[in-house]
Amino acid sequence: MTVLPADKPLVLGNHVLTSRLIVGTGKYSTLELMQQCLEASGSEVITVAVRRERLVDASGRNILDFIDLKRYTILPNTAGCFNVEDAVRVARLGREILRGLENPGADWVKLEVLADTRTLLPDPVATVEACRELVADGFQVLCYTSDDPITARRLKQAGATSVMPAGSPIGSGQGILNPNNIRICLEYLKENDPDYPVIVDAGVGTASDVAFAMELGCDGVLLNTAIASARDPLRMAVAMKQACESGRHAVLSGRIPKKLYATASSPTEGVITRALG
Amino acid sequence: MQVQLNGEGREIPNGWTVSDLLADLRIESRYCAVELNRKVMPREQHASCSLKSGDEIEVVTLVGGG
Repeated sequence: MTVLPADKPLVLGNHVLTSRLIVGTGKYSTLELMQQCLEASGSEVITVAVRRERLVDASGRNILDFIDLKRYTILPNTAGCFNVEDAVRVARLGREILRGLENPGADWVKLEVLADTRTLLPDPVATVEACRELVADGFQVLCYTSDDPITARRLKQAGATSVMPAGSPIGSGQGILNPNNIRICLEYLKENDPDYPVIVDAGVGTASDVAFAMELGCDGVLLNTAIASARDPLRMAVAMKQACESGRHAVLSGRIPKKLYATASSPTEGVITRALG
Repeated sequence: MQVQLNGEGREIPNGWTVSDLLADLRIESRYCAVELNRKVMPREQHASCSLKSGDEIEVVTLVGGG
């Protein structure tokens, strides 16, 4: 078997990761299937949401019974928050739960401050403000944002541990709609800071979207629906793992430049046929 | 006395603490976090924190999400 030199880890604040794929835990038909897909994805970090306890059926199964807290670092999100105050409250509640469980995820949050229920696009102004507030409160903030390079730069200036532009709207499966914006985000965020982590979060539809994000030079990909809502989630989890690794290998290898005309792969010398006029 | 629990009015005995409330709700306290009047109430204080009439309490847990 070919042995390649080890890749450098993905460093997100004080979290050092081998896998560059982060997966969500939502939308699975059963908790057992979720558990298998998490395993198949090879991810070390998994996202969860914070919600009110169901007081009617408190005996219902809790997702935490299906997550190995020794193995996975939990990344709580602020999904469903539409203003700064709610996002900060939810982040603190998530931290309180993870502190109690002694999970290393107690020190970070995936910040989402949404602006609109139809598109689930982020509110850039509120996201920057919430990021600043959470950083001041000691959080390592991973910021979901649009692919706008200016907002991305503002979030980094606000102290974000990682900026996570969306490829396309959450759960839309449209892939990366504007690779040029992602390229500019990467250029701006990594200027004089090549290791600053940039993660594509949201919009992934299939494995090639993940590979493409990695080939653009992103440091990782965060996805949920593309696995959970696939016809065969378990197989898709494997596909996503391999795509993430393939894309990473490709970007480290360096793609060849695109040329308008062909270049023969086989020798042009010694051909027995007559040359074309 | 009347408190607001997860957005709904609820009658509880005077002098109840957060711990009393969680026990009554049969909630696995290891998996939840409590917010009292929009501030996180650390779990170490659940047993000593007496609730007052009109308090707004949120009890949350983790669920699947992306």
